[in-house]
Amino acid sequence: MKLSQKIEEKFFKIMMIFSTYFILVVLTIIIYSIFEKGIKAMSWEILTQIPKGGYYYGKGGGILNAILGSLALAFGATILAFIIGLPVALYINVFLIRHKKLVDIIRFLLDLVWGIPSIVYGAFGFSLMIFFGLQTSLLAGILTVTLFILPIMIRSMDEILRTVPIGLQEAAYSLGSNKSETAFKIFVRQSVSGIITAVLLSFGRAIGDAASVLFTAGYTDNLPNSLLEPVATLPLSIFFQLSSPVPEVQNRAYASALVLTVIILLVSLFSRGLGKRYHKTKINF
Amino acid sequence: MDDSTKIQIRNLNVFAEKNHILKNINIDIPKNKITVILGPSGCGKTTLLKCMNRLTDLYPELKVRGQILIDDNNILEAKEDIYKLRQQMGLLSQRPYPLPMTIYNNIAYALKLRGIKKRREIHKQIMHYLQQANLWDEIRNRLREPASRLSIGQQQRLCLARGLAVNPEIILADEPTSALDPISSQFIEETFLKLKNDYTIILVTHILRQAKRIADHVIFMYLGDVIEQGSVSEVFGNPKMERTKQYLGGTFN
Repeated sequence: MKLSQKIEEKFFKIMMIFSTYFILVVLTIIIYSIFEKGIKAMSWEILTQIPKGGYYYGKGGGILNAILGSLALAFGATILAFIIGLPVALYINVFLIRHKKLVDIIRFLLDLVWGIPSIVYGAFGFSLMIFFGLQTSLLAGILTVTLFILPIMIRSMDEILRTVPIGLQEAAYSLGSNKSETAFKIFVRQSVSGIITAVLLSFGRAIGDAASVLFTAGYTDNLPNSLLEPVATLPLSIFFQLSSPVPEVQNRAYASALVLTVIILLVSLFSRGLGKRYHKTKINF
Repeated sequence: MDDSTKIQIRNLNVFAEKNHILKNINIDIPKNKITVILGPSGCGKTTLLKCMNRLTDLYPELKVRGQILIDDNNILEAKEDIYKLRQQMGLLSQRPYPLPMTIYNNIAYALKLRGIKKRREIHKQIMHYLQQANLWDEIRNRLREPASRLSIGQQQRLCLARGLAVNPEIILADEPTSALDPISSQFIEETFLKLKNDYTIILVTHILRQAKRIADHVIFMYLGDVIEQGSVSEVFGNPKMERTKQYLGGTFN
């Protein structure tokens, strides 16, 4: 190796090592500070009660309203987006195989809407609600968040389905499978672990987003009990508690953040376990 | 068409965008014989094979013109039920593509597509086809394992069993031994020799010795043209065309 090559090799190696450990340290600090501050404010009461004295000034009670509200909203939106998104991803990969240009256009549009900030979805949902004369509600929140995570869901499933090798498709068709059998029995089975990752990614975005639910789901101290009533959500509870002038209430925001982090952690562990179960039958090429 | 001919290809042309990759192909493929399509890489052998079960439909850039007559039906006509058509043929590709499921379900999948639903019947048939593909004894206790755990040679024989399970009349094999070790290759060749009494086998290969060992009928292709076709003794024993002589003599370039 020439000297210049050696220097180049060393330079890039150091850069990669530095970037990797730098980002690991930063992320660890964020998680550590959430846990450190969150655990101090954490109590049984916080997890099991609704706020006492309002979410803005109240030092008592808990955030059960926001925990349940966020779960209902995120699960609802993720399930809805999955039901709509999987057929779209399969359609463009299986049925539109002879229409590459159309597929390119669809992918481009999805990438475009993926990049739109969630507040714009919130505003869009809000204007629709005004048009139909609806008030803020769990349903409006679910629909808005569904729209917001759909491009993420579809494109990340699409990227996985794209990797199904043409040889495997030929094998399926050569046995006489039609397109929907190929889609649901071959593409889906080959891509299960990737599809689960896509769902998880979307769930994370759904439960963590504040801007899209601000105008649409609203906020309340009550537990969610109807699709047509407003619901509280964890990101908004963090926002309101942090902006409160009362220091004790501010600390409670970290407890909310901790709960949010733990929910995402649990869902991600669960789906990894699920993915592993199906990984065995995946054919590696 | 007389009874001894299974497939007739007439004036077949295939274009890939501006490239003319199969040029006016006219061939007859005899019934219940092994027909070997021989030629150097890139001569259009694989494309020709894919035309026969219309896998070419998966490639938007390919344009197929002409006639492929199987038992006097032109399969290139749009009205053909391609899913039924493909079940008339078992496909073996260059490398095995088992389906992402268990060994058992790989074959059960093919059987179900054929309309066999009873569990006992499926059991019986799976054993039958695995025996036909010379695999049963090795994996009889592993049927519930994922197919991905088999060796490449075993996977290829599983794919053969799966291809036979749709109950085809024709077997299309595209260099089926190119990814395999010599012993697995020998297994496949022996199986073909056993199967040829009941099936019309079309084997694409660039291995001369393999062609000599198992072919009844030989088609030699070069750059999208069929240079020569005939029985194995005609083509190997007394080639008429200069190109064929060069290829067989190994002085090809």
